[in-house]
Amino acid sequence: MGRGWAIAVHGGAGVDPNIPSQRLEEAKKLLARCLNLGISALNSSMSAIDVVELVVRELETDPMFNSGRGSALTEKGTVEMEASIMDGPKRRCGAVSGLTTVKNPISLARLVMDKSPHSYLAFSGAEEFARQQGVELVENDYFITEENLGMLKLAKEANAIVFDYRIPVVGLGLETCSAGAGAMESTLQMNGLPLSVYAPETVGCVVVDDQGRCAAATSTGGLLNKMSGRIGDSPLIGSGTYACDVCAVSCTGEGEAIIRGTLARDVAAVMEYKGLPLQEAVDYVIKERLDEGKAGMIAVSSTGEVAYGFNCTGMFRGCATQDGFMEVGIWE
Amino acid sequence: MGWAIALHGGAGVPLSLPPERREPREAALRHCLQVGVEALKAQRTPLDVVELVVRELENNPNFNAGRGSVLTTKGSVEMEACIMDSTKSCGAVSGLSTVMNAISLARLVMEKTPHIYLAFDGAEAFAKEQGVETVDTSNFITSENIERLKQAKEANRVQLDYTQPIQTDPTKEKPTADGDSQIGTVGCVAVDGKGNSAAATSTGGLVNKMVGRIGDTPLVGAGTYANSYCAVSATGQGESIIRATVARDVAALMEYKGLSLKEAAAYVVEECTPKGTCGLVAVSATGEVTMPFNTAGMFRACATEDGYSEIAIWPPSTQN
Repeated sequence: MGRGWAIAVHGGAGVDPNIPSQRLEEAKKLLARCLNLGISALNSSMSAIDVVELVVRELETDPMFNSGRGSALTEKGTVEMEASIMDGPKRRCGAVSGLTTVKNPISLARLVMDKSPHSYLAFSGAEEFARQQGVELVENDYFITEENLGMLKLAKEANAIVFDYRIPVVGLGLETCSAGAGAMESTLQMNGLPLSVYAPETVGCVVVDDQGRCAAATSTGGLLNKMSGRIGDSPLIGSGTYACDVCAVSCTGEGEAIIRGTLARDVAAVMEYKGLPLQEAVDYVIKERLDEGKAGMIAVSSTGEVAYGFNCTGMFRGCATQDGFMEVGIWE
Repeated sequence: MGWAIALHGGAGVPLSLPPERREPREAALRHCLQVGVEALKAQRTPLDVVELVVRELENNPNFNAGRGSVLTTKGSVEMEACIMDSTKSCGAVSGLSTVMNAISLARLVMEKTPHIYLAFDGAEAFAKEQGVETVDTSNFITSENIERLKQAKEANRVQLDYTQPIQTDPTKEKPTADGDSQIGTVGCVAVDGKGNSAAATSTGGLVNKMVGRIGDTPLVGAGTYANSYCAVSATGQGESIIRATVARDVAALMEYKGLSLKEAAAYVVEECTPKGTCGLVAVSATGEVTMPFNTAGMFRACATEDGYSEIAIWPPSTQN
């Protein structure tokens, strides 16, 4: 039995300090709306796994962040989406990658978990499964927004001058979503703002319900201008998403850094094996497991706590607990 | 401290394995161990060593990787692999159908792109750009695996009719009724005398798997992992290994709970995965090696600098 429900949502780590205030306000409204959606569901005793799916569907459907509609574009100008979901009790999980027509990737990930003998399906196999399951399918251009087309164009222009992806690069700002201070001297701009302002904003949700069950869900279009076929941390259990008996975690940020740090699993491992409480575990992992990488995460514990952490300039987030606490934030 | 190496050719060996199926695999393990040991003695880096050994295993049609990969439900091959070293650099690939050596492509992803993981058409396109060896996909398909797929499909049909008992013929090597094959993923871990280690794993996946299914092998932290504590490569039932983040947990137990390599690996295999689903090989930064499994058997081999070496299939107490 839990000690009350708790919920957190995120819309990406790494925010430009000069983000236009209009965009800030829109983001906060969306986060608040999703939080309230989750809160209503929790107050009517919906289970954690259902709540995280519900909330992430909402985030996917809204074109603001980088998931579902509004996904960042691949180098080919298409959208390839990925997502994963994990149910703490029994640690069941489902993940998908390379989706091009599935309106809500997180729901397909859920179906992989519930209706297939596997944990992870990708590309044409995943699309075929989607057809068999009768989920809502749309044309790929449904997901493509003007804003993202513009960003891709800029990214390609910059690429022609800046780097050839076949040469190993480390820490080059364009390939990461680290924004603001220290990332790199970026001359890549759109509407007068560094490109990284609009860089990948993966979405996610973590919930512990009133029965103490934890669940996590993460969804994304991935890196702007990524190579077709590139898979990031969001669909990888233990990296971008994790849930077990003690907690649930969803991460966002530089995918490669999150994978290397197996961030989501490490929060739970540090709680289980070192006995750290939730916020300390989150702080520990952010501090110790990221090396030069930039990322953030949200987490809940089975005892009704909520926590978040990030080592970059800002993370779009919202959290709430059953005792009435609610907060939407972007900066530290 | 000293160098150490361990490799595996899959967990989940039927007790009824006849000599003509066992001996070529034992010989292959012996050969691959030798290849790895000589490379370590010649001061090749652990990353080079594990890639080299796994390439040998991929090229051998008796294992479920590269040539000899098991087939999807459509009769095709979709190969995947992952490589990682103790600096936590890593590379992974999935959904390959023409690349001769998936593990080498994984290494190229690690070293030649800003990414970690490429899959399906994108991975194949990258392979072409990099000029790696590719062949027609039919080259990976063996008659043994065509037969295995056939039996798996038949077993599924039988299983749907739950009034009939599933016949098991102990004289034939057969996949289990749910389509799991008793033929395994391959992997190798190695550490040099200075604490640098690496892990590599490669597979064709599960017999009769859905097209597009990804298992534990290419997932960093599940089937493959390395950091400053140890290097781990796992084999068995992918979905269980993913859920238990097997490879990461061995290292995490060492780091966060202070367990030894042997204790950590034994704990993960015995307590964190269901019986019959998991085996692994691991080396520690200090040159120890361990090869636990909770299946009936696991094709494995290891050697350490002090002269110890072992090639085995069954659990230690049943060795003769």
